Amino acid sequence: MAHFTKANSVYDWLDQRLALTKLWKVLAAEYWIPKNINFLWAMGVVLMTMFTILVISGIFLLMYYKPDTKLAFDSVNYTIMQEVWFGWLWRHMHAVAASVVFLVIYIHMFTGIYYASYKRGREMIWISGMLLFVTFSAEAFSGYMLPWGQMSYWAAQVITNLFGGIPFIGDELVIWIRGNFYVSDPTLTRFFMLHVFLLPIIIMMLIGFHFYTLRIPHVNNQDGEDIDFDAEAEKYKAGLKKESKVIPFWPVFLSKDFFVLSVFMIFYFYLVFYHYDFAMDPINFDPADPMKTPPHIYPEWYFLWSYEVLRGFFFDVGPLSAMDMGLIAFGIANIIFFFLPWFDKDPTVAPADRRGGFFFWFWLMVIDMIVLTIWGKLPPTGINAYIGYLAAVGFLALWAALPALTGGRKGLLWLVILVTALLYIFGYMEYTKALGNGFVITVTFLIFYLLFFLSPVMVKAKGGAQ
Amino acid sequence: MNKELKILAIIVILVGITYWGIEPYAHSKMHPHHEPATFKYEDLKALNLKGDPQRGAQAIQNNGCTGCHSIKAAGIPAPMDPVSASASYGVNPPDLSNIAAVVDKKFLANFIKHPVKAAKLEHKFGSSKPYPMPDFFGSDQDLADIVAYLESIAKPQDPRGAFKVACGRCHDLRYDGWTVIGQKPKFKNEIEKAEFELKKAKYEANLKNYLGTTPPDLSMYIRSRGPEYIRDFVEDPQKLLHGTAMPRVGLTEAATEEVIKHLEHVGDRKKEKRDHLGIWVLAYFVILSVLAYLWKEKIWREVH
Repeated sequence: MAHFTKANSVYDWLDQRLALTKLWKVLAAEYWIPKNINFLWAMGVVLMTMFTILVISGIFLLMYYKPDTKLAFDSVNYTIMQEVWFGWLWRHMHAVAASVVFLVIYIHMFTGIYYASYKRGREMIWISGMLLFVTFSAEAFSGYMLPWGQMSYWAAQVITNLFGGIPFIGDELVIWIRGNFYVSDPTLTRFFMLHVFLLPIIIMMLIGFHFYTLRIPHVNNQDGEDIDFDAEAEKYKAGLKKESKVIPFWPVFLSKDFFVLSVFMIFYFYLVFYHYDFAMDPINFDPADPMKTPPHIYPEWYFLWSYEVLRGFFFDVGPLSAMDMGLIAFGIANIIFFFLPWFDKDPTVAPADRRGGFFFWFWLMVIDMIVLTIWGKLPPTGINAYIGYLAAVGFLALWAALPALTGGRKGLLWLVILVTALLYIFGYMEYTKALGNGFVITVTFLIFYLLFFLSPVMVKAKGGAQ
Repeated sequence: MNKELKILAIIVILVGITYWGIEPYAHSKMHPHHEPATFKYEDLKALNLKGDPQRGAQAIQNNGCTGCHSIKAAGIPAPMDPVSASASYGVNPPDLSNIAAVVDKKFLANFIKHPVKAAKLEHKFGSSKPYPMPDFFGSDQDLADIVAYLESIAKPQDPRGAFKVACGRCHDLRYDGWTVIGQKPKFKNEIEKAEFELKKAKYEANLKNYLGTTPPDLSMYIRSRGPEYIRDFVEDPQKLLHGTAMPRVGLTEAATEEVIKHLEHVGDRKKEKRDHLGIWVLAYFVILSVLAYLWKEKIWREVH
């Protein structure tokens, strides 16, 4: 048993029992972050703040919300928005934060990709982050259902229906998820449970895990420099603050985060008060009506890119229907980012602008996802269908090309580009109906998917390190 | 610092392009452009005759208007209660006391003369399915007199009044306690409540039978459609929703604005508070940003 002495202050009394001083050192005062960073390194704290806002505003909303298809709409739009003291503020804050949080997640994610912060020991940071992305997506989807507006209902109808595409168990799975044959009261109550209990708990645990994964490999820096954190920390503690390459989390790192956060809050609250329609779609202020399909059904903006990967395949290929082709690509799109550390065969940790071809890969990926996002909302008629196809195939092609590109396999890279170009041409012929659903395109897709699945396995990592 | 601003600029541009694509651009593709409302009702011919209100009062009686319509301002009661009226005509015919306060004068004359054409309901009513209100076969002078009479008795309407006269016989506004058969009263007991609800259900069934659909509750329309859409829609429903059962009701621009004001009051009651509080919250974070920047500079001076 530890040795306890008579405490000379409350703090001392607690410190003897809880080791507060040591805890504070480990968590903040001597938790070392590289000094060579820019404001993109503040996104983690911004995300943490947004999540806190979501939890707190959510608690207030939970006190008045009624998870019942007959009451839900009015409990949100009348009770909370009009009757409850500042209920409208909590609702606007919750809805806008739910949308904006994804903007920050995407910035956070692409910062990690740009600076190669997902490899050489940082794989678990990346994976726990992706797990957070997936649970946040589920949280957003379940939350969007709760006001029981037109888009709540129809988005739920369309998305839950996607599970029907899973072979053999699909139809039963859809019923199991909905708790009924169609989206209805049991669907609402179970998604309510997921939204306010199970998913938030998982998210909180994952956030803790995500923080923990940073401990051993440490935070990356702007140049991808391999820093000896212990030596640099000693320098800092010895007073060589200017020479040391690291800074403590508190107060140095947080003082910068605090500034970035304050500026971000101006943007966020501007949206909350004056520009909320992008996050609170007007159509969802129409009560859910199972008898009346809206002319345009689309998910929230942060799901549009993967939705467009689903919609992009507009023609049948061999034995597979357009819907099957879309579902396969959609399934891949939703998990592929997890595998980034293994698709990238280059062990170099450096910003993309110093990694040759990867720089182009990065910006092509960003552009492709923006195109997917925009075309995910546009009606898929006329040339939009083909543009969606280009972007959807392009998304998969970028991944298929990544191992060859980073592994220095030029021949393989050209093969991927060639097959993709063929798919673009055949797709155009399908679009103009110059080519029927034929043998050639089926084989080309087969080769394409073979390249996609085999290259990350077959291409060896450069330098052998992994 | 320059590098940080460069990164910020790239993010702002990319987010800006994405936003433009999924909001203004996508919505312009989903909702094709239409001409904004003018409230001129140019397809209708003006009645260039001066009317005499006193002769109009007589003409209204002679032409049988009060066989269906009440004019409470003149002490003429409704021949039937709303539910029975809806069973006969599909919808309760409006009281005429304040109709001229919200309906355009030219439209009113044209509507009385040939309702189906003025309401743009030719796709729903014709010789096989006659409109409940017959065409007017009197002289144009009679028509001008009737319009003059209706104008003389109409009292200016506040936003709620304008809504009731213009929309209230087909649309509920439940967040304001309004139903198609009138304001929901305080019930003394369950029987009164049940009786009221039965009446409402009967009226709604008749209305649905008449229109082919139940007209929506308008409580949240200010958020779901927005003021511009409502304005343009009310002026000419067929233009924005081709084939809809909703008649053109011929509101004046001023009356439409009153209706919108009421919908805003009912559906977005906290707008003023929101706009007001927003400024203070933003000001708070602007000041906080300045202070946070100064603090950051102070701390980082030691490490740079």
